[in-house]
Amino acid sequence: MNILYDERLDGAAPQLDKTAIRDSLAQDVPGLTLLHREEDLHPFECDGLSVYRTLPMLVALPETLAQVEQLLKTCHRLGVPVVTRGAGTGLSGGAMPLEHGVLLVLSRFSRILEIDPEARIARVEPGVRNLAISEAASPYGLYYAPDPSSQIACSIGGNVAENAGGVHCLKYGLTVHNVIKVKVLTIEGEHMTLGSDALDAPGFDLLALFNGSEGMLGVVTEITVKLLPKPETAKVLMASFDDIEKAGNAVGSIIAAGIIPGGLEMMDNLAIRAAEDFIGAGYPVEAEAILLCELDGVEADVDDDCETVRRVLEAAGATGIQQARDDAERALFWAGRKNAFPAVGRMSPDYYCMDGTIPRRELARVLKGISDLSEQYGLRVANVFHAGDGNMHPLILFDANTPGELDEAEALGGKILELCVEVGGTITGEHGVGREKINQMCAQFRPDELATFRAAKAAFDPTGLLNPGKNIPTPARCSEFRTIKSAAADPAKQG
Amino acid sequence: MDKTTETPHDHDASESLAERIRQASANGTPLRIVGGDTRGFYGRPTEGEVLSTAEHRGITFYDPVELVVSVRSGTPVAELEDALAEQGQMLPFEPPRFGEASTVGGMVATGLSGPRRPWAGSVRDFVLGVRVIGHEGIEQRFGGQVMKNVAGYDLSRLMVGAQGTLGLLTEVTFKVLPRPGASRSLHLEVSLEEARNRLADWGREPLPISAAAWLEGALHIRLEGGPSSVAATRERLGGDELDENFWPALRDLKLDFFGPGSVSARASDPPLWRLSLPHRTASLGLADAAEDSMIHDWAGAQCWVRSAIDAETLRSACRRVDGHATYLGACEGPGSDEPFTPLPSVLLKYHRNLKAELDPKGIFNPGRLYAAF
Ligand SMILES: Cc1cc2nc3c(=O)[nH]c(=O)nc-3n(C[C@H](O)[C@H](O)[C@H](O)COP(=O)(O)OP(=O)(O)OC[C@H]3O[C@@H](n4cnc5c(N)ncnc54)[C@H](O)[C@@H]3O)c2cc1C
Ligand SMILES: Cc1cc2nc3c(=O)[nH]c(=O)nc-3n(C[C@H](O)[C@H](O)[C@H](O)COP(=O)(O)OP(=O)(O)OC[C@H]3O[C@@H](n4cnc5c(N)ncnc54)[C@H](O)[C@@H]3O)c2cc1C
Repeated sequence: MNILYDERLDGAAPQLDKTAIRDSLAQDVPGLTLLHREEDLHPFECDGLSVYRTLPMLVALPETLAQVEQLLKTCHRLGVPVVTRGAGTGLSGGAMPLEHGVLLVLSRFSRILEIDPEARIARVEPGVRNLAISEAASPYGLYYAPDPSSQIACSIGGNVAENAGGVHCLKYGLTVHNVIKVKVLTIEGEHMTLGSDALDAPGFDLLALFNGSEGMLGVVTEITVKLLPKPETAKVLMASFDDIEKAGNAVGSIIAAGIIPGGLEMMDNLAIRAAEDFIGAGYPVEAEAILLCELDGVEADVDDDCETVRRVLEAAGATGIQQARDDAERALFWAGRKNAFPAVGRMSPDYYCMDGTIPRRELARVLKGISDLSEQYGLRVANVFHAGDGNMHPLILFDANTPGELDEAEALGGKILELCVEVGGTITGEHGVGREKINQMCAQFRPDELATFRAAKAAFDPTGLLNPGKNIPTPARCSEFRTIKSAAADPAKQG
Repeated sequence: MDKTTETPHDHDASESLAERIRQASANGTPLRIVGGDTRGFYGRPTEGEVLSTAEHRGITFYDPVELVVSVRSGTPVAELEDALAEQGQMLPFEPPRFGEASTVGGMVATGLSGPRRPWAGSVRDFVLGVRVIGHEGIEQRFGGQVMKNVAGYDLSRLMVGAQGTLGLLTEVTFKVLPRPGASRSLHLEVSLEEARNRLADWGREPLPISAAAWLEGALHIRLEGGPSSVAATRERLGGDELDENFWPALRDLKLDFFGPGSVSARASDPPLWRLSLPHRTASLGLADAAEDSMIHDWAGAQCWVRSAIDAETLRSACRRVDGHATYLGACEGPGSDEPFTPLPSVLLKYHRNLKAELDPKGIFNPGRLYAAF
């Protein structure tokens, strides 16, 4: 199945005259940097999911809001699709360009407009990097909680569009819980403010609706985030297990003991060995699984909680428990986890990172299912994930130069996501649907539910110019997907 | 929870609710959705055939280890909270209970949160998923029972506070949290300005504060967290002991300030307003509503005012600081035809579009939020 834009399945692409559009934009939008030569367009042909690539028709690099506004008005008038791009670190092909569309790159909007330590908020432009916010707030003893592993590079605008998560989310919430106000531009070039500096705003909660809307409802042009006081202390425990199921059960037991860790992450043997080879974090390479459990807060409470967690882990059958002695060792424990993706990447020419969430109680069953699928497809899978909130990141190892392996990796990935749905979970916990998981949306939602999504989209973008072909599948795509699935289930139907 | 026999406390009425909605849709009959009908004073009056969720009750799923509970919309809030308390857990947003009959559907549709809100989050922050019957009379599922889910648009959180104008909620799944290990409350006699300054300073430290309200010349503080940090903070902040019952009374608007029995109270009382303001709002500069006579809850971000001041004066003062004002009370008074702050024109346009897309026949609580839809 072709995963790229397919006119037959995603709706006819507009017939556009590149030169005429370039001329209109040049005339309507004074001073706009507009790339059009093939060699200039190449750096923008994909986001972090580099197996899906398309050369955009034009790339716009505006510097002022007036330019963005005017660009949208012109594109709206001419019927030109617009794909917004932040830092391009997305892992679901959300910012993948369209051959017949303008790629609107917001990287030049990188100013921190205001840090108000008394109100504990930061007001920033969309291109500001996630980590830069915490860095700017640090002198005041404050930080921005959501911490995607890509935080050095990803933009806060992209975080809002994806409702990004991270290690801290179990305790401190996702992007949607930490953003209080956004300014957006509609496809018609109208300015809107959603949310407010107060804790609520009148009317529908459009702020919640725009979080995670993947650039399909409007362009986010300014974001106000909550800042939190840095915890007084943070301590981390590492527990090893000789059985992955015991590790899975330990996760539930910690939470059942009334403790919400600042981070609760799990790695399986393949991931442990990869990370240890790469970073030398002091991980037990013989363990079938490790759990990293970080407790943060006020010193006295954290000490109490460390004791409780230690007892819970022992009772859960941990073969070894180590508490980081100091901040340096704590950082080392985390370095292994934070670099696990590139570490696993070193074991194989290519890897494909999946992202599904499951109820925690199904952890053992899903890990078993993944290992069966891995054998069936003959591709290795490493597991590194946010165990505390059931957000799995199976990494499928493959070699794109071996004919057919990419297709196999995609098919295996799809099966894993469907397994997540089967146990009551979802096809994406934080990376988004984008282009990548558009087919699996047909597995998670019924046609009438998808129609409701399309209705919500139509309220803001009736002509469907913002990021077409992403996030919400067309009915044609789903019927194709269902036909293929039922044919696969019933070999008699296979041609 | 696996129950084989249904009791009046556990009954699935979704099919008959869906059928009523299909009929209403076919005939273009407006519906007035009612849970416990305890929040009638909140919002504009709706004319329509009453559609009650009262029979649609019961907790359908609760896994304390998973921190997740799913509950039918007609279930009384108190019943849900009791079930959670048995497992040492809670709804962290501290929903107001305006009467025994308050239902989960009404709680979510109105989206009101109690004193813990600035520290723990609001109703929508703890909604993981919903089942909702839309205009075609089909029950649909958005979100789910997992903590992280970004598949499709977040329609579940959109339903929170939408006052039933976009569909009928049949089931809501919440994230719940363990109850704090320790709790202490105190009372400090300080001026409003001094309270504001202290709260700003404390806010930059990781202190276990979970409620802060200034009224009648004193700052009322609740500490919640681990026993060690609560004890140490209690020691450090000083002041007098405060009865823990103060917080539920504030949450449910039962303090003397609100008047006897109900917010709509006596005709002779000036109307009640709720102001939602940014943290660190210094003064609104209102001559009529002396700030010292207001309740400043949520560390100043939610104020309650009883005043005959005209709506526009109050609202423009709030707008200047990026806040807004809601009128609560009887169906008469200077703000009653427009209890919620009017929306800027672009926002109103997209509210109408959304309503037209999700409820094309206008059958769900028409006019409840704004006259325009
Ligand atoms: C190594 C690695 C680790 C990662 N770890 C995590 C993780 O732990 N948690 C997590 O959540 N994600 C993770 N990601 C994924 C990615 O970093 C996030 O999805 C991030 O939020 C994307 O931000 P971006 O600025 O790069 O967005 P882009 O990739 O540029 O765009 C992503 C989507 O957002 C839209 N968009 C971007 N900016 C705007 C805007 N201003 N207005 C409207 N729409 C906009 C785009 O159209 C697109 O649909 C990881 C990625 C990598 C490469
Ligand atoms: C500040 C304040 C003070 C109050 N004081 C009092 C008081 O003194 N005495 C008193 O009796 N009450 C009082 N209330 C009101 C009230 O008791 C609560 O708000 C109550 O918890 C609402 O629950 P309910 O089931 O009664 O909702 P209802 O009043 O039945 O409904 C509230 C709103 O939600 C909608 N709704 C309900 N269920 C659903 C559903 N399943 N799907 C979609 N929409 C739905 C309704 O259509 C309506 O718009 C007060 C409320 C507020 C805000």
